[in-house]
Amino acid sequence: MTTSPPLLPLQLSDVVFEAGGKRLIKDLNCRFEAGPPSVIIGPNGAGKSLFLKLCHGMLAPMQGQVTWNDPDAVSARLNQAMVFQRPVMLRRSVSANIHYPLKLRKVGKAERVRRTEEALALAGLGRLRDHPARVLSFGEQQKLAVARAWALKPQVLFLDEPTASLDPAATHAVEELIRAIHAQGAKIIMTTHDLSQAKRIADEILFLFRGRLLERAPAAQFFEQPQNDLAQAFVKGELLWWKLGKANRKRRD
Amino acid sequence: MDDFGDAIRAALNLLVSLDADLMEIVGLSLYVSLVAIFFACLIGLPLGAAIALFKFPGRKLFAVILNALMGLPPVVVGLIVYLLLSRSGPFGVFGLLYTPTAMIIAQVILVTPIIAALTRQVIEDLWLEYRDQLLSLGANTTTALPTLLWDGRFSLITAVLAGFGRASAEVGAVMIVGGNIDHVTRVMTTAIALEVSKGDLALALGLGIILLSLSVSVNGAVYAIKDAAQRRHA
Repeated sequence: MTTSPPLLPLQLSDVVFEAGGKRLIKDLNCRFEAGPPSVIIGPNGAGKSLFLKLCHGMLAPMQGQVTWNDPDAVSARLNQAMVFQRPVMLRRSVSANIHYPLKLRKVGKAERVRRTEEALALAGLGRLRDHPARVLSFGEQQKLAVARAWALKPQVLFLDEPTASLDPAATHAVEELIRAIHAQGAKIIMTTHDLSQAKRIADEILFLFRGRLLERAPAAQFFEQPQNDLAQAFVKGELLWWKLGKANRKRRD
Repeated sequence: MDDFGDAIRAALNLLVSLDADLMEIVGLSLYVSLVAIFFACLIGLPLGAAIALFKFPGRKLFAVILNALMGLPPVVVGLIVYLLLSRSGPFGVFGLLYTPTAMIIAQVILVTPIIAALTRQVIEDLWLEYRDQLLSLGANTTTALPTLLWDGRFSLITAVLAGFGRASAEVGAVMIVGGNIDHVTRVMTTAIALEVSKGDLALALGLGIILLSLSVSVNGAVYAIKDAAQRRHA
């Protein structure tokens, strides 16, 4: 039996993505190594979700390349998972929702059952295993989505604003799940609007603005002293922060 | 007005007395329609879903033709099936003309485009909602097809009921290929046509009321099951 090489590092080289004649991701270069969580922050329309979809292979770049360490595209696809901001729950039970992608990946039946039970226990959804997934609360659905992704045992887990519009308790529960998944060895790459959450989870921050990666720094350093003026204004939470950023730039020029 | 009163009386008499001939006709009508629906679903559901999911040249044209075929004239279908199954036709050797099987074949041809066209629309809408999630979970268009058919089951029931409505109410095609032979191929609709031609309008209307009640009962039962299941799964 051959074992596939590690999935990471992931390299994005001069990646460009356009839609409707607009360049939404501009000459993006970055590299993700295995290790602590990376969190992508930025305002609405910065291209955070697009960035994740390009990494996850759901979108193909118009220019540039997205390359994994594992050259086998199929194996690379199978070793990553993504949780969407609004995950789609299949019209079946909670446990069947976890079971489904495992069956797609031809995981043996006994292993499927074992992983489903583990995922339910991890997410604290065991008592709801036979409930229809679509009648769960939004918070429970989000936990189920994370558990479903975890059951795939991904080497890399992408999370697109996984706690958007969740209350603090549900946010806490989802964050705990993310930490548990990271503790089991998965690389976490997630986007968020919530700066407090970014501080709690991130080891490093990537600041994206209008499709450009403006700053990448260790989380502590980023929140202490962002180098980019737009990032500074964003972190300060100034409502018209992008105008302030422009003004600062002009003053400096 | 007398006709309506007589019709209701005739319908009630037939039902209360459990008239053997009527029961045979009702049984055969249900048998032909339900078997036709079964085969039309077997073809139409995956066909509609495939047109919704797979990209191939002429896909849009295919969808337009499928929509147009929903309005297939039954007598034309009946005539074509008749020519195919008649002794001199390519399938004459099977001796199927004037049998319930010939009626089922004609109804399958009539109903399949309805089920396929409505399925295509349902699955296309569902694919928009599910696409990213399913692809991310590891599905491709081939493996997504059964998933979407299962998840769209509540909406697809409407497509199947539309097909059933067409099959159970159809008279032109089954008359041509079935021949309305007593105790062999007589169904509700052909029996009604016969009674009209004989001038027994009350009996014809009575049979019509029974056919209508049967259709309402089947639709009602299916909707009740659908609603209960849909409430459970949201």
